[in-house]
Amino acid sequence: MIRWLLVVIFLLALPVPFFNQASPTLFGFPFFYWYQMAVILVSAVLTSIVFLVEDKKAGAK
Amino acid sequence: MTYPTATVIFLALIAFVILLGFSAARWKAGDMSHIEEWGLGGRRFGTLISWFLIGGDIYTAYTFIAIPALMFGAGAIGFFAVPYTVVCYPILYIVFPKLWKVAHKHGYITGPEFVRGRYGNKYLGLAIGVTGIFATMPYIALQLIGMQTVIGALGIPGHLPLIIAFGVLAAFTYTSGLRAPAMIAIVKDLLIYITVIAAVIVIPSELGGFSAIFAKISPAKLLLAAPPAGSTGAYTGYATLALGSAMALFLYPHSTTAILSASGPRVIRRNAVFLPAYSFLLGLLALMGFMAVASGVSSMPQFAAGFKQYGPSFAVPALVLNSFPAWFAGVAFAAIAIGALVPAAIMAIASANIFTRDIYSQFGTSSRSQTDTRVAKLFSIFMVVGALVFIMVIPSTYAVQLQLLGGMWIIQTFPAIVFSLFTRFFNGWALLVGWAVGIVSATWLVTLNHFAGAIWAFHVFGITVPSYIALATVVVNAGVAALLSLPLNAMASDRAGDETMAVDYT
Repeated sequence: MIRWLLVVIFLLALPVPFFNQASPTLFGFPFFYWYQMAVILVSAVLTSIVFLVEDKKAGAK
Repeated sequence: MTYPTATVIFLALIAFVILLGFSAARWKAGDMSHIEEWGLGGRRFGTLISWFLIGGDIYTAYTFIAIPALMFGAGAIGFFAVPYTVVCYPILYIVFPKLWKVAHKHGYITGPEFVRGRYGNKYLGLAIGVTGIFATMPYIALQLIGMQTVIGALGIPGHLPLIIAFGVLAAFTYTSGLRAPAMIAIVKDLLIYITVIAAVIVIPSELGGFSAIFAKISPAKLLLAAPPAGSTGAYTGYATLALGSAMALFLYPHSTTAILSASGPRVIRRNAVFLPAYSFLLGLLALMGFMAVASGVSSMPQFAAGFKQYGPSFAVPALVLNSFPAWFAGVAFAAIAIGALVPAAIMAIASANIFTRDIYSQFGTSSRSQTDTRVAKLFSIFMVVGALVFIMVIPSTYAVQLQLLGGMWIIQTFPAIVFSLFTRFFNGWALLVGWAVGIVSATWLVTLNHFAGAIWAFHVFGITVPSYIALATVVVNAGVAALLSLPLNAMASDRAGDETMAVDYT
Protein backbone atom coordinates (compact mmCIF):
# COMPACT_ATOMS: atom_id res chain seq x y z
CA MET A 1 0.00 0.00 0.00
CA ILE A 2 1.99 2.92 -1.35
CA ARG A 3 -0.69 5.24 0.10
CA TRP A 4 0.88 5.00 3.54
CA LEU A 5 3.56 7.28 2.17
CA LEU A 6 1.02 10.09 2.53
CA VAL A 7 1.17 9.70 6.32
CA VAL A 8 4.72 11.02 6.12
CA ILE A 9 3.30 14.38 5.01
CA PHE A 10 1.44 14.75 8.32
CA LEU A 11 4.56 13.71 10.25
CA LEU A 12 6.63 16.34 8.44
CA ALA A 13 4.10 19.18 8.59
CA LEU A 14 2.86 18.98 12.18
CA PRO A 15 5.79 18.43 14.65
CA VAL A 16 5.79 22.07 15.73
CA PRO A 17 8.41 21.84 18.54
CA PHE A 18 10.88 20.46 15.99
CA PHE A 19 10.65 23.37 13.58
CA ASN A 20 9.84 26.26 15.92
CA GLN A 21 13.36 27.71 15.87
CA ALA A 22 15.22 30.48 14.13
CA SER A 23 18.37 28.65 13.08
CA PRO A 24 19.76 27.42 10.80
CA THR A 25 18.73 30.14 8.39
CA LEU A 26 18.58 29.64 4.64
CA PHE A 27 18.67 32.56 2.16
CA GLY A 28 17.84 34.82 5.10
CA PHE A 29 14.79 32.75 6.11
CA PRO A 30 14.65 31.50 9.72
CA PHE A 31 14.32 27.70 10.00
CA PHE A 32 10.62 27.95 10.99
CA TYR A 33 9.80 29.52 7.62
CA TRP A 34 12.05 27.74 5.16
CA TYR A 35 11.40 24.34 6.71
CA GLN A 36 7.64 24.67 6.26
CA MET A 37 8.05 25.98 2.73
CA ALA A 38 10.31 23.00 1.98
CA VAL A 39 7.69 20.61 3.36
CA ILE A 40 5.31 21.87 0.66
CA LEU A 41 7.73 20.70 -2.03
CA VAL A 42 8.40 17.37 -0.30
CA SER A 43 4.67 16.73 0.12
CA ALA A 44 4.09 17.37 -3.59
CA VAL A 45 6.88 14.92 -4.46
CA LEU A 46 5.49 12.23 -2.10
CA THR A 47 1.98 12.66 -3.47
CA SER A 48 3.23 12.44 -7.03
CA ILE A 49 5.06 9.18 -6.22
CA VAL A 50 1.85 7.73 -4.81
CA PHE A 51 -0.07 8.95 -7.84
CA LEU A 52 2.38 7.55 -10.38
CA VAL A 53 2.61 4.14 -8.70
CA GLU A 54 -1.17 3.82 -8.37
CA ASP A 55 -1.76 5.09 -11.87
CA LYS A 56 0.66 2.55 -13.31
CA LYS A 57 -1.02 -0.24 -11.38
CA ALA A 58 -4.45 0.86 -12.60
CA GLY A 59 -3.14 0.97 -16.16
CA ALA A 60 -1.59 -2.51 -15.88
CA LYS A 61 -4.90 -4.06 -14.86
CA MET B 1 -10.06 59.14 -6.77
CA THR B 2 -6.75 59.03 -4.95
CA TYR B 3 -5.00 56.75 -7.43
CA PRO B 4 -6.35 57.42 -10.94
CA THR B 5 -3.95 55.14 -12.90
CA ALA B 6 -4.43 52.23 -10.54
CA THR B 7 -8.18 52.71 -10.59
CA VAL B 8 -8.40 52.71 -14.39
CA ILE B 9 -6.36 49.49 -14.67
CA PHE B 10 -8.40 47.96 -11.86
CA LEU B 11 -11.74 48.78 -13.49
CA ALA B 12 -10.58 47.59 -16.91
CA LEU B 13 -9.58 44.19 -15.55
CA ILE B 14 -12.82 43.82 -13.59
CA ALA B 15 -14.85 44.73 -16.68
CA PHE B 16 -12.91 42.13 -18.68
CA VAL B 17 -13.67 39.28 -16.28
CA ILE B 18 -17.31 40.27 -16.07
CA LEU B 19 -17.61 39.93 -19.86
CA LEU B 20 -15.81 36.62 -19.55
CA GLY B 21 -18.33 35.53 -16.92
CA PHE B 22 -21.27 36.18 -19.19
CA SER B 23 -19.67 34.53 -22.23
CA ALA B 24 -18.81 31.42 -20.16
CA ALA B 25 -22.28 29.96 -20.70
CA ARG B 26 -21.27 29.08 -24.27
CA TRP B 27 -18.03 27.37 -23.19
CA LYS B 28 -18.26 23.59 -23.51
CA ALA B 29 -21.94 24.33 -23.87
CA GLY B 30 -24.55 22.14 -22.27
CA ASP B 31 -28.25 22.29 -21.51
CA MET B 32 -28.38 25.03 -18.87
CA SER B 33 -31.83 24.03 -17.69
CA HIS B 34 -30.24 20.91 -16.23
CA ILE B 35 -28.77 21.36 -12.76
CA GLU B 36 -25.75 19.12 -13.45
CA GLU B 37 -24.84 21.54 -16.24
CA TRP B 38 -25.57 24.77 -14.38
CA GLY B 39 -24.41 23.73 -10.93
CA LEU B 40 -21.61 21.32 -11.78
CA GLY B 41 -20.42 22.37 -15.25
CA GLY B 42 -21.60 19.01 -16.58
CA ARG B 43 -18.86 17.18 -14.56
CA ARG B 44 -16.41 17.60 -17.39
CA PHE B 45 -13.55 19.81 -16.15
CA GLY B 46 -10.12 18.32 -16.80
CA THR B 47 -6.99 18.54 -14.64
CA LEU B 48 -6.04 22.09 -15.60
CA ILE B 49 -9.48 23.70 -15.24
CA SER B 50 -10.07 21.82 -11.97
CA TRP B 51 -6.74 23.06 -10.73
CA PHE B 52 -7.76 26.66 -11.40
CA LEU B 53 -11.25 26.11 -10.03
CA ILE B 54 -10.24 24.39 -6.77
CA GLY B 55 -7.36 26.82 -6.40
CA GLY B 56 -9.68 29.75 -6.98
CA ASP B 57 -11.96 28.28 -4.40
CA ILE B 58 -9.51 27.75 -1.57
CA TYR B 59 -7.21 30.71 -2.00
CA THR B 60 -9.68 33.58 -1.87
CA ALA B 61 -9.59 37.35 -1.53
CA TYR B 62 -10.15 36.89 2.16
CA THR B 63 -7.11 34.62 2.35
CA PHE B 64 -4.95 37.13 0.50
CA ILE B 65 -5.94 39.87 2.93
CA ALA B 66 -6.40 37.95 6.19
CA ILE B 67 -3.36 35.65 6.28
CA PRO B 68 -0.79 38.44 5.76
CA ALA B 69 -2.85 40.56 8.16
CA LEU B 70 -2.51 37.83 10.80
CA MET B 71 1.26 37.67 10.21
CA PHE B 72 1.39 41.47 10.37
CA GLY B 73 -0.60 41.64 13.60
CA ALA B 74 0.07 38.37 15.46
CA GLY B 75 3.23 36.98 13.83
CA ALA B 76 4.27 33.35 13.37
CA ILE B 77 0.89 31.83 14.25
CA GLY B 78 -0.42 33.18 10.91
CA PHE B 79 1.95 30.82 9.11
CA PHE B 80 -0.31 27.89 10.14
CA ALA B 81 -1.85 28.46 6.71
CA VAL B 82 1.16 26.64 5.24
CA PRO B 83 0.92 23.30 7.12
CA TYR B 84 -2.86 23.62 6.74
CA THR B 85 -2.63 23.74 2.96
CA VAL B 86 -0.04 20.95 3.02
CA VAL B 87 -1.99 18.33 4.97
CA CYS B 88 -5.27 19.07 3.20
CA TYR B 89 -4.01 17.44 -0.01
CA PRO B 90 -3.39 13.91 1.27
CA ILE B 91 -6.95 14.15 2.62
CA LEU B 92 -8.12 15.24 -0.82
CA TYR B 93 -6.23 12.35 -2.40
CA ILE B 94 -7.57 9.62 -0.11
CA VAL B 95 -11.14 10.74 0.50
CA PHE B 96 -12.60 12.71 -2.36
CA PRO B 97 -12.07 10.50 -5.41
CA LYS B 98 -14.38 8.08 -3.56
CA LEU B 99 -17.00 10.78 -3.12
CA TRP B 100 -16.73 11.61 -6.82
CA LYS B 101 -17.31 7.99 -7.83
CA VAL B 102 -20.37 7.40 -5.70
CA ALA B 103 -21.77 10.84 -6.59
CA HIS B 104 -21.29 10.21 -10.29
CA LYS B 105 -22.93 6.79 -10.11
CA HIS B 106 -26.02 8.05 -8.30
CA GLY B 107 -26.22 11.56 -9.75
CA TYR B 108 -25.49 13.34 -6.46
CA ILE B 109 -24.34 16.93 -6.85
CA THR B 110 -23.77 17.73 -3.14
CA GLY B 111 -22.17 16.12 -0.09
CA PRO B 112 -25.41 16.00 1.95
CA GLU B 113 -27.10 14.20 -0.92
CA PHE B 114 -24.58 11.40 -0.63
CA VAL B 115 -25.21 11.16 3.11
CA ARG B 116 -28.95 10.99 2.54
CA GLY B 117 -28.53 8.24 -0.02
CA ARG B 118 -26.10 6.33 2.21
CA TYR B 119 -28.42 6.26 5.22
CA GLY B 120 -31.81 6.75 3.59
CA ASN B 121 -32.25 9.54 6.10
CA LYS B 122 -33.40 12.89 4.76
CA TYR B 123 -33.14 14.57 8.16
CA LEU B 124 -29.45 13.75 8.38
CA GLY B 125 -29.10 15.12 4.85
CA LEU B 126 -30.95 18.25 5.92
CA ALA B 127 -28.69 18.78 8.96
CA ILE B 128 -25.55 18.39 6.87
CA GLY B 129 -26.96 20.61 4.12
CA VAL B 130 -28.10 23.40 6.42
CA THR B 131 -24.69 23.33 8.13
CA GLY B 132 -23.09 23.88 4.73
CA ILE B 133 -25.32 26.82 3.83
CA PHE B 134 -24.86 28.50 7.22
CA ALA B 135 -21.10 28.04 7.14
CA THR B 136 -20.98 29.48 3.63
CA MET B 137 -22.98 32.66 4.24
CA PRO B 138 -20.39 34.50 6.34
CA TYR B 139 -17.71 33.20 3.98
CA ILE B 140 -19.33 35.04 1.07
CA ALA B 141 -19.65 38.12 3.27
CA LEU B 142 -15.92 37.96 3.97
CA GLN B 143 -15.17 37.89 0.26
CA LEU B 144 -17.14 41.12 -0.02
CA ILE B 145 -15.14 42.61 2.81
CA GLY B 146 -11.90 41.60 1.08
CA MET B 147 -13.08 43.34 -2.06
CA GLN B 148 -14.22 46.37 -0.07
CA THR B 149 -10.73 46.73 1.40
CA VAL B 150 -9.05 47.07 -2.00
CA ILE B 151 -11.79 49.32 -3.37
CA GLY B 152 -11.37 51.48 -0.26
CA ALA B 153 -7.58 51.46 -0.71
CA LEU B 154 -8.05 52.89 -4.19
CA GLY B 155 -9.92 55.76 -2.56
CA ILE B 156 -13.32 54.94 -4.05
CA PRO B 157 -15.84 55.67 -1.32
CA GLY B 158 -19.18 54.15 -0.45
CA HIS B 159 -20.99 50.86 -0.97
CA LEU B 160 -22.04 51.50 -4.56
CA PRO B 161 -19.03 49.86 -6.30
CA LEU B 162 -19.54 46.75 -4.21
CA ILE B 163 -23.25 46.63 -4.97
CA ILE B 164 -22.54 46.92 -8.69
CA ALA B 165 -19.82 44.25 -8.58
CA PHE B 166 -21.98 41.76 -6.76
CA GLY B 167 -25.08 42.61 -8.76
CA VAL B 168 -23.12 41.65 -11.86
CA LEU B 169 -21.80 38.58 -10.07
CA ALA B 170 -25.35 37.44 -9.29
CA ALA B 171 -26.31 38.01 -12.93
CA PHE B 172 -23.54 35.96 -14.53
CA THR B 173 -23.86 33.24 -11.94
CA TYR B 174 -27.52 33.05 -12.89
CA THR B 175 -26.86 32.74 -16.61
CA SER B 176 -23.58 30.79 -16.75
CA GLY B 177 -23.54 28.69 -13.57
CA LEU B 178 -20.26 27.05 -12.56
CA ARG B 179 -18.67 27.71 -15.95
CA ALA B 180 -18.38 31.42 -15.09
CA PRO B 181 -16.13 31.10 -12.01
CA ALA B 182 -14.17 28.32 -13.74
CA MET B 183 -13.30 30.64 -16.60
CA ILE B 184 -12.64 33.68 -14.42
CA ALA B 185 -10.49 31.62 -12.06
CA ILE B 186 -7.91 31.29 -14.83
CA VAL B 187 -7.52 35.07 -15.12
CA LYS B 188 -7.57 35.51 -11.36
CA ASP B 189 -4.82 33.01 -10.72
CA LEU B 190 -2.57 34.35 -13.45
CA LEU B 191 -2.90 37.85 -11.95
CA ILE B 192 -2.26 36.54 -8.44
CA TYR B 193 0.83 34.61 -9.50
CA ILE B 194 2.19 37.69 -11.29
CA THR B 195 1.50 39.88 -8.25
CA VAL B 196 3.05 37.59 -5.67
CA ILE B 197 6.10 36.74 -7.76
CA ALA B 198 6.67 40.44 -8.40
CA ALA B 199 6.19 41.15 -4.69
CA VAL B 200 8.76 38.61 -3.51
CA ILE B 201 11.28 39.90 -6.03
CA VAL B 202 10.71 43.65 -5.85
CA ILE B 203 9.87 44.29 -2.19
CA PRO B 204 12.75 42.37 -0.52
CA SER B 205 15.20 44.10 -2.84
CA GLU B 206 13.76 47.46 -1.77
CA LEU B 207 14.02 46.45 1.89
CA GLY B 208 17.51 44.93 1.74
CA GLY B 209 16.71 41.22 1.36
CA PHE B 210 14.79 38.66 3.37
CA SER B 211 17.29 38.61 6.25
CA ALA B 212 16.73 42.35 6.69
CA ILE B 213 12.97 41.82 6.66
CA PHE B 214 13.08 39.04 9.27
CA ALA B 215 15.51 41.13 11.36
CA LYS B 216 12.83 43.80 11.73
CA ILE B 217 10.33 41.33 13.23
CA SER B 218 10.24 41.28 17.02
CA PRO B 219 11.38 37.92 18.52
CA ALA B 220 7.92 37.42 20.04
CA LYS B 221 6.37 37.44 16.57
CA LEU B 222 9.13 35.67 14.67
CA LEU B 223 8.53 32.30 16.35
CA LEU B 224 5.76 30.69 18.37
CA ALA B 225 6.08 31.28 22.11
CA ALA B 226 7.66 28.35 23.95
CA PRO B 227 4.98 26.60 26.06
CA PRO B 228 4.89 27.28 29.81
CA ALA B 229 5.36 24.36 32.25
CA GLY B 230 2.44 21.91 32.28
CA SER B 231 1.10 23.10 28.96
CA THR B 232 1.66 22.32 25.30
CA GLY B 233 1.03 26.01 24.61
CA ALA B 234 1.14 27.42 21.13
CA TYR B 235 2.56 24.15 19.75
CA THR B 236 -0.70 22.20 19.91
CA GLY B 237 -2.63 25.34 19.08
CA TYR B 238 -0.69 25.70 15.83
CA ALA B 239 -0.81 22.01 14.87
CA THR B 240 -4.51 21.51 15.66
CA LEU B 241 -5.40 24.70 13.83
CA ALA B 242 -3.63 23.39 10.73
CA LEU B 243 -5.05 19.87 10.94
CA GLY B 244 -8.60 20.92 11.84
CA SER B 245 -8.72 23.51 9.09
CA ALA B 246 -7.48 20.93 6.60
CA MET B 247 -10.16 18.43 7.66
CA ALA B 248 -12.84 21.08 7.29
CA LEU B 249 -11.64 22.51 3.99
CA PHE B 250 -13.13 20.10 1.47
CA LEU B 251 -16.37 19.76 3.44
CA TYR B 252 -17.30 23.34 2.58
CA PRO B 253 -19.99 23.14 -0.10
CA HIS B 254 -17.98 25.26 -2.53
CA SER B 255 -15.00 22.90 -2.29
CA THR B 256 -17.21 19.85 -2.80
CA THR B 257 -18.78 21.49 -5.82
CA ALA B 258 -15.40 22.18 -7.39
CA ILE B 259 -14.31 18.58 -6.72
CA LEU B 260 -17.46 16.98 -8.08
CA SER B 261 -17.25 19.08 -11.25
CA ALA B 262 -14.01 17.29 -12.20
CA SER B 263 -14.27 14.84 -15.09
CA GLY B 264 -13.10 11.89 -13.01
CA PRO B 265 -11.36 10.59 -9.86
CA ARG B 266 -8.01 10.61 -11.62
CA VAL B 267 -8.32 14.38 -12.16
CA ILE B 268 -8.84 14.82 -8.41
CA ARG B 269 -5.82 12.69 -7.47
CA ARG B 270 -3.70 14.53 -9.99
CA ASN B 271 -4.79 17.83 -8.50
CA ALA B 272 -3.65 16.67 -5.07
CA VAL B 273 -0.19 16.58 -6.67
CA PHE B 274 -0.37 19.97 -8.36
CA LEU B 275 -2.41 22.07 -5.92
CA PRO B 276 0.48 22.47 -3.42
CA ALA B 277 1.88 25.00 -5.91
CA TYR B 278 -0.74 27.34 -4.48
CA SER B 279 0.39 26.57 -0.95
CA PHE B 280 3.85 27.74 -1.86
CA LEU B 281 2.32 30.93 -3.19
CA LEU B 282 0.32 31.29 0.00
CA GLY B 283 3.48 30.95 2.11
CA LEU B 284 5.10 33.77 0.14
CA LEU B 285 1.93 35.80 0.43
CA ALA B 286 1.84 35.31 4.20
CA LEU B 287 5.34 36.76 4.34
CA MET B 288 3.97 39.96 2.79
CA GLY B 289 2.64 40.59 6.31
CA PHE B 290 6.23 40.72 7.54
CA MET B 291 7.26 42.83 4.56
CA ALA B 292 4.56 45.29 5.59
CA VAL B 293 6.05 45.43 9.10
CA ALA B 294 9.57 45.90 7.75
CA SER B 295 8.54 48.61 5.28
CA GLY B 296 6.97 50.65 8.06
CA VAL B 297 3.75 51.36 6.13
CA SER B 298 1.72 51.42 9.34
CA SER B 299 3.39 54.65 10.43
CA MET B 300 3.19 56.45 7.08
CA PRO B 301 0.73 59.35 7.19
CA GLN B 302 -0.86 58.55 3.78
CA PHE B 303 -2.00 55.16 5.08
CA ALA B 304 -3.13 56.24 8.54
CA ALA B 305 -6.78 56.52 7.52
CA GLY B 306 -6.73 53.08 5.89
CA PHE B 307 -5.24 51.36 8.92
CA LYS B 308 -7.72 53.17 11.12
CA GLN B 309 -10.64 51.87 9.09
CA TYR B 310 -9.51 48.36 8.14
CA GLY B 311 -6.95 47.51 10.84
CA PRO B 312 -4.24 44.94 9.99
CA SER B 313 -6.26 44.01 6.87
CA PHE B 314 -4.87 47.16 5.34
CA ALA B 315 -1.28 45.82 5.55
CA VAL B 316 -1.21 44.26 2.07
CA PRO B 317 -3.00 47.09 0.24
CA ALA B 318 -0.71 49.65 1.89
CA LEU B 319 2.38 47.59 1.06
CA VAL B 320 1.30 47.27 -2.58
CA LEU B 321 0.61 51.00 -2.92
CA ASN B 322 3.90 51.83 -1.28
CA SER B 323 6.13 49.40 -3.21
CA PHE B 324 4.77 49.31 -6.75
CA PRO B 325 4.10 51.78 -9.57
CA ALA B 326 0.45 52.83 -9.72
CA TRP B 327 -0.46 50.69 -12.74
CA PHE B 328 0.82 47.57 -11.03
CA ALA B 329 -1.12 48.35 -7.88
CA GLY B 330 -4.17 48.33 -10.15
CA VAL B 331 -3.26 44.82 -11.35
CA ALA B 332 -2.67 43.56 -7.81
CA PHE B 333 -5.92 44.98 -6.48
CA ALA B 334 -7.84 43.57 -9.44
CA ALA B 335 -6.32 40.17 -8.63
CA ILE B 336 -7.65 40.41 -5.07
CA ALA B 337 -11.07 41.66 -6.15
CA ILE B 338 -11.44 38.92 -8.75
CA GLY B 339 -10.22 36.58 -6.03
CA ALA B 340 -13.43 37.56 -4.25
CA LEU B 341 -15.72 37.06 -7.24
CA VAL B 342 -14.59 33.52 -8.06
CA PRO B 343 -15.18 31.85 -4.68
CA ALA B 344 -18.29 33.97 -4.01
CA ALA B 345 -19.82 32.67 -7.24
CA ILE B 346 -18.92 29.05 -6.43
CA MET B 347 -20.24 29.46 -2.88
CA ALA B 348 -23.55 30.82 -4.16
CA ILE B 349 -23.86 27.97 -6.66
CA ALA B 350 -22.91 25.32 -4.11
CA SER B 351 -25.45 26.62 -1.60
CA ALA B 352 -28.07 26.71 -4.34
CA ASN B 353 -27.32 23.08 -5.22
CA ILE B 354 -27.79 22.11 -1.58
CA PHE B 355 -30.97 24.10 -1.19
CA THR B 356 -32.45 22.51 -4.30
CA ARG B 357 -31.42 18.92 -3.77
CA ASP B 358 -31.40 18.57 0.01
CA ILE B 359 -34.08 20.97 1.20
CA TYR B 360 -36.52 22.06 -1.49
CA SER B 361 -36.92 18.76 -3.36
CA GLN B 362 -37.03 16.78 -0.10
CA PHE B 363 -39.30 18.93 2.01
CA GLY B 364 -41.13 21.15 -0.47
CA THR B 365 -43.27 20.26 -3.45
CA SER B 366 -40.77 18.18 -5.28
CA SER B 367 -39.75 17.66 -8.84
CA ARG B 368 -36.21 16.77 -9.75
CA SER B 369 -35.92 17.90 -13.33
CA GLN B 370 -36.66 21.31 -14.89
CA THR B 371 -37.66 23.23 -11.79
CA ASP B 372 -34.45 22.17 -10.12
CA THR B 373 -32.40 24.69 -12.04
CA ARG B 374 -34.92 27.49 -11.66
CA VAL B 375 -34.99 27.10 -7.89
CA ALA B 376 -31.20 26.82 -7.76
CA LYS B 377 -30.68 29.93 -9.86
CA LEU B 378 -33.01 31.98 -7.68
CA PHE B 379 -31.39 30.71 -4.50
CA SER B 380 -27.92 31.66 -5.82
CA ILE B 381 -29.16 35.24 -6.17
CA PHE B 382 -30.60 35.10 -2.68
CA MET B 383 -27.18 34.04 -1.29
CA VAL B 384 -25.33 36.91 -3.00
CA VAL B 385 -27.90 39.55 -2.08
CA GLY B 386 -28.06 38.14 1.45
CA ALA B 387 -24.31 38.52 1.85
CA LEU B 388 -24.45 42.09 0.52
CA VAL B 389 -27.18 43.09 2.95
CA PHE B 390 -25.31 41.29 5.71
CA ILE B 391 -22.14 43.36 5.39
CA MET B 392 -24.00 46.62 4.95
CA VAL B 393 -26.21 46.16 7.98
CA ILE B 394 -23.90 44.29 10.35
CA PRO B 395 -20.39 45.44 11.37
CA SER B 396 -17.63 43.49 9.64
CA THR B 397 -16.31 42.08 12.92
CA TYR B 398 -19.45 39.94 13.14
CA ALA B 399 -18.74 38.48 9.72
CA VAL B 400 -15.29 37.45 10.93
CA GLN B 401 -16.78 35.92 14.07
CA LEU B 402 -19.44 34.07 12.12
CA GLN B 403 -16.79 32.79 9.75
CA LEU B 404 -14.92 31.47 12.77
CA LEU B 405 -18.10 29.69 13.87
CA GLY B 406 -18.68 28.48 10.31
CA GLY B 407 -15.40 26.58 10.42
CA MET B 408 -16.43 24.96 13.71
CA TRP B 409 -19.77 23.95 12.22
CA ILE B 410 -18.64 22.61 8.87
CA ILE B 411 -16.10 20.24 10.43
CA GLN B 412 -19.00 18.57 12.28
CA THR B 413 -20.06 17.08 8.94
CA PHE B 414 -16.76 15.17 8.78
CA PRO B 415 -17.97 11.90 10.39
CA ALA B 416 -21.14 11.78 8.28
CA ILE B 417 -19.46 12.53 4.96
CA VAL B 418 -15.92 11.19 5.25
CA PHE B 419 -16.36 8.12 7.47
CA SER B 420 -19.39 7.06 5.45
CA LEU B 421 -17.21 6.75 2.36
CA PHE B 422 -15.17 4.05 4.09
CA THR B 423 -17.64 2.22 6.32
CA ARG B 424 -21.33 1.60 6.87
CA PHE B 425 -20.71 0.91 10.55
CA PHE B 426 -22.52 4.06 11.66
CA ASN B 427 -26.23 4.53 12.15
CA GLY B 428 -27.75 7.60 10.49
CA TRP B 429 -29.52 8.77 13.64
CA ALA B 430 -26.34 8.29 15.68
CA LEU B 431 -24.49 10.52 13.21
CA LEU B 432 -27.25 13.10 13.59
CA VAL B 433 -26.91 13.10 17.39
CA GLY B 434 -23.10 13.28 17.10
CA TRP B 435 -23.47 16.22 14.72
CA ALA B 436 -25.78 18.02 17.18
CA VAL B 437 -23.40 17.44 20.09
CA GLY B 438 -20.52 18.76 17.97
CA ILE B 439 -22.38 21.88 16.83
CA VAL B 440 -23.62 22.76 20.31
CA SER B 441 -20.32 22.14 22.13
CA ALA B 442 -18.28 24.03 19.52
CA THR B 443 -20.66 26.99 19.55
CA TRP B 444 -20.67 27.02 23.33
CA LEU B 445 -16.87 27.04 23.58
CA VAL B 446 -16.61 29.83 21.02
CA THR B 447 -19.12 31.81 23.06
CA LEU B 448 -17.03 31.28 26.18
CA ASN B 449 -14.11 32.67 24.17
CA HIS B 450 -16.28 35.73 23.44
CA PHE B 451 -15.95 34.91 19.73
CA ALA B 452 -12.40 36.20 19.92
CA GLY B 453 -10.42 33.00 19.44
CA ALA B 454 -10.54 29.58 17.85
CA ILE B 455 -8.33 27.93 20.49
CA TRP B 456 -9.48 26.55 23.83
CA ALA B 457 -7.21 25.39 26.66
CA PHE B 458 -8.39 21.83 27.31
CA HIS B 459 -7.14 19.99 30.38
CA VAL B 460 -6.20 16.40 29.71
CA PHE B 461 -4.65 14.24 32.48
CA GLY B 462 -3.28 17.28 34.28
CA ILE B 463 -1.72 18.82 31.19
CA THR B 464 -3.10 21.92 29.50
CA VAL B 465 -3.54 21.27 25.79
CA PRO B 466 -4.66 24.38 23.93
CA SER B 467 -6.41 23.11 20.81
CA TYR B 468 -8.48 24.26 17.88
CA ILE B 469 -12.06 23.98 19.14
CA ALA B 470 -13.28 22.54 15.84
CA LEU B 471 -10.88 19.60 15.99
CA ALA B 472 -11.58 18.82 19.65
CA THR B 473 -15.36 18.92 19.24
CA VAL B 474 -15.41 16.81 16.07
CA VAL B 475 -13.59 14.10 18.03
CA VAL B 476 -16.43 14.19 20.58
CA ASN B 477 -18.94 14.18 17.72
CA ALA B 478 -17.38 11.06 16.18
CA GLY B 479 -17.15 9.36 19.58
CA VAL B 480 -20.84 9.96 20.31
CA ALA B 481 -21.83 8.77 16.83
CA ALA B 482 -19.78 5.58 17.18
CA LEU B 483 -21.04 4.75 20.67
CA LEU B 484 -24.67 5.34 19.76
CA SER B 485 -24.40 3.39 16.52
CA LEU B 486 -23.96 0.08 18.36
CA PRO B 487 -27.27 0.07 20.28
CA LEU B 488 -29.19 1.84 17.51
CA ASN B 489 -28.05 -0.64 14.87
CA ALA B 490 -28.87 -3.51 17.24
CA MET B 491 -32.39 -2.18 17.83
CA ALA B 492 -33.27 -0.97 14.36
CA SER B 493 -30.55 -1.07 11.74
CA ASP B 494 -30.96 1.45 8.93
CA ARG B 495 -28.69 -0.48 6.58
CA ALA B 496 -31.58 -1.40 4.32
CA GLY B 497 -31.97 2.32 3.54
CA ASP B 498 -28.57 2.44 1.85
CA GLU B 499 -29.09 3.07 -1.85
CA THR B 500 -25.36 2.77 -2.62
CA MET B 501 -23.41 -0.46 -3.04
CA ALA B 502 -19.96 -1.56 -1.91
CA VAL B 503 -18.76 -1.56 -5.50
CA ASP B 504 -19.48 2.20 -5.81
CA TYR B 505 -16.59 2.94 -3.49
CA THR B 506 -13.76 0.90 -5.01
